[in-house]
This record gives sequence, C-alpha cells and structure tokens, in this order.
Amino acid sequence: MISQLFILSSKGDLLIHKDYRGSSAHTSLADGLYLKLSSLPSDQAPVVMEHEGCHFIHTRQRGLYFVISIGSSDSPFLYIDLLNRLAALIRDYCGDVSESVIRLNFALIYELLDEVLDYGYIQTTSTDMLKNFIQCDPVVMKPFSLLDMSSVGLFGAETQQSKVAPSSASSRPVLSSRHQLSEQNEIFLDVIERMTVAIGPNGTLLKADVQGELRLKSFYPNCSELRIGVSEEFCVGSSELRGYGSAVRVDSCQFHESVKLDEFEISRILKVLPPQGELTVMQYQISDGLSTSLPFHLFPSVERDPGSSRLRIFLKLRCDLSPKSQAINIRVQVPVPKGASSVSQELSSPDQNAEMSLSTQTMTWNIPRIGGGSQLSALFKVDVSGCVSLPSVLDLPPVNLSFQIPSHTSSGLQIRFLRLRNERPTAIHTWVRYLTQSDSYSVRLG
Amino acid sequence: MVKASATVDIVQKKLVYLYMCTYAPQKPDLAVLAINTLCKDCSDPNPMVRGLALRSMCNLRMPGIQEYIQQPVQNGLRDKASYVRRVAVLGCAKMHIQQGDMEVDGAIVNELYNLLRDPDPIVLVNCLRALEEILKTEGGVVINKPIAHHLLNRMADLDHWGQSEVLTILLRYKPRSEEEIFDILNILDSYLKSTHISVVMGATKLFLVLVKEFPHVQTDVLVRLKGPLLAACTSESREMCFAALCHVREILRSLPGHFSSHYKKFFCSYNDPHYIKNQKIDILCELVNDENVHSILEELRICCTDVSIQLAHTAIFAIGRIARTYSERCVKILAGLLEFKQEHITSAVIQTFRDLVWLCPQCVSSVCLALPGCEGNIQDNEGKHALIWLLGMHGEFITNAPYVLEEYVDNIKTETSPTVKMELLTSLVRLFLCRPAECQDILGRLIHYCIEEETNMAVRDRGLFYYRLLSSGVNEVLKILSGPKSDPSLGVLADRTEQPVNTWITDFNSLTPLYDKKYRESYSSILTKSELSFVSKHLVEDLHSPDDSEVSKETIDLFSLICGVSISPERFEKKWTSIATKLCLNIEWKQEAEPDLLQTSLHVLNIYTIAKSKAGTQPWKSYLYAQDSNRNMFLVELVLNTNPPVLQVTVKQDAENKDALTNFVTFLKSAVSTVLGLIK
Repeated sequence: MISQLFILSSKGDLLIHKDYRGSSAHTSLADGLYLKLSSLPSDQAPVVMEHEGCHFIHTRQRGLYFVISIGSSDSPFLYIDLLNRLAALIRDYCGDVSESVIRLNFALIYELLDEVLDYGYIQTTSTDMLKNFIQCDPVVMKPFSLLDMSSVGLFGAETQQSKVAPSSASSRPVLSSRHQLSEQNEIFLDVIERMTVAIGPNGTLLKADVQGELRLKSFYPNCSELRIGVSEEFCVGSSELRGYGSAVRVDSCQFHESVKLDEFEISRILKVLPPQGELTVMQYQISDGLSTSLPFHLFPSVERDPGSSRLRIFLKLRCDLSPKSQAINIRVQVPVPKGASSVSQELSSPDQNAEMSLSTQTMTWNIPRIGGGSQLSALFKVDVSGCVSLPSVLDLPPVNLSFQIPSHTSSGLQIRFLRLRNERPTAIHTWVRYLTQSDSYSVRLG
Repeated sequence: MVKASATVDIVQKKLVYLYMCTYAPQKPDLAVLAINTLCKDCSDPNPMVRGLALRSMCNLRMPGIQEYIQQPVQNGLRDKASYVRRVAVLGCAKMHIQQGDMEVDGAIVNELYNLLRDPDPIVLVNCLRALEEILKTEGGVVINKPIAHHLLNRMADLDHWGQSEVLTILLRYKPRSEEEIFDILNILDSYLKSTHISVVMGATKLFLVLVKEFPHVQTDVLVRLKGPLLAACTSESREMCFAALCHVREILRSLPGHFSSHYKKFFCSYNDPHYIKNQKIDILCELVNDENVHSILEELRICCTDVSIQLAHTAIFAIGRIARTYSERCVKILAGLLEFKQEHITSAVIQTFRDLVWLCPQCVSSVCLALPGCEGNIQDNEGKHALIWLLGMHGEFITNAPYVLEEYVDNIKTETSPTVKMELLTSLVRLFLCRPAECQDILGRLIHYCIEEETNMAVRDRGLFYYRLLSSGVNEVLKILSGPKSDPSLGVLADRTEQPVNTWITDFNSLTPLYDKKYRESYSSILTKSELSFVSKHLVEDLHSPDDSEVSKETIDLFSLICGVSISPERFEKKWTSIATKLCLNIEWKQEAEPDLLQTSLHVLNIYTIAKSKAGTQPWKSYLYAQDSNRNMFLVELVLNTNPPVLQVTVKQDAENKDALTNFVTFLKSAVSTVLGLIK
C-alpha cells in the first residue's frame, strides 16, 4: 500500500503532497528525498531508494518526479504502472503534464488523487469511472507556438495540410469542458512504432526491433462499439501465413483485456468499447524481421588530414522512404574524439544546422525534414588539439539518429477501417494517425 | 472553514474537507465542530456526497473521533451505493488503526468476511485490504479453501490492480492436494498472458510458489514469462525497463541460459540511462554461449569506448568476466583497447589482465605480449598497482619489465600511495630472483630509499624486511616468495553456481531485486533476523502442539515469561551467590547441535543471556535469567559437557515458588528438545 505520494518539480519544489496513512509526514522529507535523488552517481539506479526507513519508488515524467513510498515487499511493477497511469490520468484531465499545468490544476489533481487512492489502496484508475466523481474543471494552458501556425493555411486557403488533424488536436483534456459538447466527437487512433536499430560498420544490419502500439484516444462519451480493422496480412509468430504479397509479421502481440477478439482470427477485426480517455488497444513487438526496408542509411567516412591534427567527417544520409512520405526532426549525433576543440561545417542547405557539445563529445546535425528517396550530405572538419594517435581518433562510438516519420509504419501495419456501430456517420470524426519514431538508431563507425 | 462546508457546491465541499483532513491533527478542537455537518452529509441522498463525507470523517486523524464514526461506518457497510460501501469498508480499517491497541471487533470482522461476496469488485478487494489491516496481529486475513476459490472465481471481474493484489494475498493459501494445485493453475493460466506486466508477475510468483515441489513446472512457467518480461524490458517507461531487467537477472541466477536466444534485446540503446546500460551489460555476460559470443563481445567493445568512464569500466570488466571461458578472443579485444592510449581504458584493461592471469594461466603469454608500452598511460593507483604486480609476477616473459620498474623507482619520491610502493618492493624482489643482473642496482636504490627516506612506517618496515631477507641468502628468499602464480580453482568460486528457483522466490516481484548489491547485503542481514523469528515461531508452535504431554500444555497456558526484563551482571552475580537452594538436572544433548542456536531460541522465548563462553570452549557455559508474569525471577546456569553430550542445568529462584519452578523447568526442557529436534 502507499503511505505517501509526492509530485516534485524538476527543481525539487513540492507541487503535490498527499499523505494517505497519517504516518509522520513533513515537507522536509520531500526535500531530503530530492537531495538524495539529484546527488546519486550516474551509474546507480535511482528507481527505488530507501530514505528515513521508508522505501520510495519514483518515475520521471516530463521532468517531474512522481514519488510514492511503499512497503518493501510490494510489487514494483504494480506501482511503476500506477505512477505512469497517474501521469496519463493527469494528461487526460488537464491536457498535458507539466509543472505549470499541475500548479494551475492543483484542486483537480487533489480531487483525482482522493478518488484514485483511499488509505493508500488503489480504487480505480479508469478515466470513465472517475469522471463521475471529478467536479473541478481543468484550467487549460494555451501555449503560443510558432509551430502551430504551420498547420493553418495562409490567408485561409485550403491547403492540403488542413485536412489532416493538427498535431496538437489530441493534446487537450479529454473532459475539456462540460459546455462545449460540439468538440467532443472525435476519436483518434494512433499507430505508434518505435524502432531500435543497430547497423554495423560495413552496412550490415545487426539488430532491428520495433515496438508498436495502437493507442486510442476518445473524446466522446458513451461511445458504442468501435470496430478496428487492421491489415489482413497481419501475422503473429513466424509460422502463420496470411493474405497475398508480403505479410505484416510481428513476433508477439498483446491486447487490452477489454478488446473482443472473436473476429480477429478470421477477419482481423478488433472490437472495443472506447472509454473516454486513452486506451492502449494493442501492443506488438518485432525483432529482426522487418518486411520494409530501413528508413535511413548513413554512409560515414572518417579520415585524418595528413600532416595536421584535423579530422574530416563526411556523412551521406539517404532516406529510403517512398517518395510520398517524409521524415521530420532528424537529428544525427556524431561522436567527436576527446580533445576536439572546434568544428567547421559544410551543409547542403541553409535550414540545417550543426553544433558541437564538448561535454558530451558529440556533434549534432539537425535536419528539419527530408523527403523519401532524397539524399543529403555534410562535411565536418574537426580540429583535434594535442597529439592523438590514429586508432583512438578513428575508433569512435556509434553515430545515433533520431527522427520522426509521420504517416508511416515500419512494420507495414495499416488500419483498414475504423467504424462505429449504430452511429450516424457524421456524428463522430474518427482519425487514424501513423507515426514511426526512433528509439535508438545507431550506426557504427569503423 | 467549518461553516463553508455546509454548502451545496460540491467542489467547495471537497476542498474544505481536504483542508480539514490535513489540519485536523493540529487543531482538533476546531475539527470537532465540523462533525455535525459531516454526519448530516453521511445521510445525503447523493451517494457521492455520502461517500465523500464518510471518507473525510474517517480521515480526520484526531483522538476521540471513533465514537462519532462508528455508526456512519456501520450504516455505510449496508449502503445501496457501492461507492459508499467501498469507502465504509476501508473506514473500518482506519477506525481500527486509530483505536490503537484496542481489541479486534469481531462483529466488524464478520461483516467484512460477508462483504467478500459483494457484487462490486472494488468492495471485495477493499474488504481483503481492510481485513488484512485489522487482523495484522493474527497474521492477516485467513484464506481457507472456500475463500480462496471464491477469489479465484471473481478474478475475472477485477481490474488489474485488484488482480495483482488478490494474487499476492493468494500466496498465503496452501492447497491440500496436488490436484487442487493444478486446478488453481488452470484457472489462473490466462493471467500469465495479461497485458499488464504487474498481473503477469503476480501470477508467475503465485505459480512458482504453488509448484515449489516441481522444479520442471517452475521452469515451464519461467519459459512462459519470457515474452511479457522481454516486452517490459523494451517498454517506453525506463523505470519499468529497469524493474524488468532486475528480474531477468534474478531468473538468470537459476537458469543461466534462459534468455540466450534473445541476447539482442539486451544490447544498449543510445539513449538508455546509465543504470539501464549497466544492468544490460551484466545480463549480457551471463548469456554468452558459443553462438552469440562474437556479437556480444562486439557490442561490449563498442561500450568500452563510451564517453562515460563509468560505463567504459563496466564494459571492460564484463569482457574480463567472459574471458574466463573465451580467453583468446577477449584478450585480443582487450589488447586492442590498449592501442587507444586512453588513461582510464588502459588502467581498467590492466586490472582485468591481473585478475585474468590469476584465474586462467593459459592467457599469460598473450597478456605479456600486450603489456609493453602501456605504462605511460596509467595514472591512477589501482592501475599502477595492477601493472607492477603483473611485471613482478611474469617479468621473465616481458623484456622491458626491469626498465619499466626502474622508471617507477626513479619517480618514487613523487609517488603518494603506500600500497603502490609496497607492491613495487615485492615485485622488484621477485623480478630480481629471475633476472638478477638487470635488477640488482634498481633494487638496491629502492631499498635504500625505503629505509632512509620513506616516512610511511609500513613501507619502511617492508623495505627493512626485504633487506634482511635478502641478506640471509637467495635460497631463503626463494622459499618465501615462490608462491603459486595462478589459481584456476578460484574461478570456480567466482563463477556462481546455479541456485534453485526456490532461493529467490520470496523476493520475486518485490523491491529487493531492484536495490543494488551493496544495499542488498545489509538487507539480507535483516532477513536473517526474520528467519530467526521463524525458528521461534516454530518453537512456540511446537510447544503448543497437541501431541505434547498434558502437563506442558497446561503450563504453557498458565505460565508465561515477560519480555524485555533486564538485570545488571553485578546484581545477577550477587543473587546467584546469595541463593543457596537450587534445582539441578541433566538434559540429553546432541553432539552436532550448536549451543548458540539454543541461546538465540531461548532469547526469543524471553530467557535472556547475561554471560556465556565463546563457541567451541570446553565445557561451554552460559548464564541466563528470566522473569514470569508473577514476578518470579529465575537464574539459570547451563554447562554443556561434550563427552557424553549432556546439558547440565542449574536453576535458582529468588523467591521460592515450587509451582513456578516446575513450570519453568518444563518450559526450558521442551525448548531444548525442540531446538534439538530442528537439527536432523
């Protein structure tokens, strides 16, 4: 059971404190805990710790610490899960999780904590059930961001982009307001895949894993049954054969317990009653068996200028997506040797930039977007001070890529349809969004 | 504030109650004023208000509140709305805890047991929780067959939080027959496939505990856990990853090759934090086999050049561990790392070499080939220490060994670490034995420095020692310094043997595997204490068991010893010498029994030790004392004779009371026999 719960800001301020059991509680505990958290050596796992005789377990979400104290024989999985769920609940109710959101909505959050936990025992965490008890209205932040402007057509012109739901559409509270019913008729289904790829020095694929999930976010209360049709070619395990052409093959997949699977075997249809809020309908894993080609290939070459202590790093980045799709927010992190002092760069277009951070010994090449089938190159000349021998200069840690590819799944999984039963077709807008992003995409040098 | 609570605005009400619950302990006189409103709200037509008021009332932590809450809680237990019942059930627990050491209210307990049949799943789980709290002193809620099976049947209605908790509570249930065990396994089978890792882990633990007697079934269960656990290892939440990785390590303790085919899952990702990378490296070491050794070593080699010095060291030491089995490849990789001429890498590699040649003598030649030329890149004491040791031990194969040591001798004045100096002395003397011509001069200078200029006494003494040793002749030196150069048998010790699954079951799915080793050691000492209490429980149970003689049963009922009695040794001695009357008896003893075990067991039964001889002394003696509930003091002398094994007991009593004395003696006798019974 939980005796205490804290939410600390990244600077250690106590934002929320709830003492469920009336055991010795004072704010100095939170301060001491924060000191302990922030002073840990990097190799030591900070997930659990003992402080003044209590066992604390914590998670970090968007720079905030969610901390609870529990007994030593309690299940860590259960309570880590709970902390993640709490953050998700706050996101459901307030639209986002951040220090300012929590400060603005503290009454709502205390109300939530009161209903979710009683005397340190978990009561319920379902957004649907909780909404009956939650009375406060959320205070929504209206951040002004230039990025949002990009989705608005110039002079009100219908651009192609405006047909797509803006990216910020789903980051608002599920129960935003009791009065604006008209907005509450949207259901989002996100197919999110995270790639973990390692490529060897000669371009061989060492490892390619994908963790994918179908995440449903519903703003619509009392929804009737939703039928989600996934690709017919979707196969689980290595032996199953289905459909024509290349199969969408995953190694294992798990469904949320509320998903009805009676039509899944035959026609690959998932049936679910979407509750208001977020629901992970399905999770799947693929290891080492991607049916599509990798999105990026990087051809690095590192050589030393003869006669000087200068290193030339030439990078060629090829995007192997189909010409219709594009990747955004690409960041290539290139390691530089110890003793590197300055860098000069030659990039192929002005919207890219590169910077070097000496503390982490990396150089970051930022590319805002790259279209499928195109190729970019960059040349970096790094001055290395001191006499560094050849092998140590040439043997660098792997290059890492991070990126996002909207409207693309690396597994090839597609949603065929998203249908609500007994519902006038215009009443509810359903959106399907695909996103592939990098978890770790590393290319080894030499 | 109190007035504000009498409002119809529910948000305001909630906030006022929240405020009151927080500040009630500080201002009890003001909080009392609110009780009236709270009581009124408890019979509000809106169930939400009823629940809210009841919960807030039970949360008011102030003395004297019990009399007000008893009735509303009773009513709440029979409320129509499940929401109110949930609150009321936990209210019972809160009420009980606030009462402190009051007796368990039988009526409430019965009511709660009945509410286990409530249609609302959360009420059911709350009942279990409340009973657990109320009956804590009696060992928690009783899980008999009907309750266990009722819970099993209701599992499907619960949400995953409830399922996890019920699975934990079911751990206590001991099925009678094998058939029943497998029935339970069948019912719970689907929970091994749950999407929630906490349910999967809870179910796994229950399975492992239930099939304690069938190791092959345990292995099957762990095979089924593979998928969900690996999925958790790649979860988006780092904390979850970490918890899962720690449990993977726990499983590997019993089944070393369990995850070998999935070794790629444990490769480090670019943005993993260090604590996860460390865990992954440790796991990779355990997974090595003939097929994957190449890729794993390649992966570890990449980590060796990581920006973080910490991680680089972990990776290098990990390669060293693998080198015990695949020495040739690993030494090649490690030797390659020396080329980088990075201080921290070189130092770690040399330390790994030192440990390696001690365990695997077959690597000596390849290690010796790699050594020349790396001395310039070592700055830290640990590394220097290792290098000097290697040069001294295997100097005959390293051509430039004397010259490297000479360099150290030349710079000895700037050397600060005494351990490095001492190692240098020993190594140089060793090297002198096999290459006298090259070393004589250097050794002379070093010993001269140590005796004449060194300020550290330990180093100086060591110098003097070698000086005298050398002056007594080469043969003497050889005799003393020619120890073994390696000890492969140590490798067997260093490699962990496979432990049965049952050794870690109790810690599975708890925080223990998540704490790092250092903490775990201190933690395990606490565990031994709990084992001790287990022994004592065993003792007490045995004393109470019906097949004991009629007499002892009665005595236990009437006779009890007070805990926490203390007496000063002087007073004990005075009493012991002043009391003449005594009762002597001999109890049979077993040769192999440890007298210390008896000691600790008696302590648990409130017979305290005042003095005792060390273990192994002949004859072993100890003096003990105890006091019963009628304030009778007993002083005891135990003398243990080994041949024949007999325990001589002398009991003295400060005020004569025959009955108490006989009771005490029977008590003592049965305690001794139980302790002997534990040893087979």
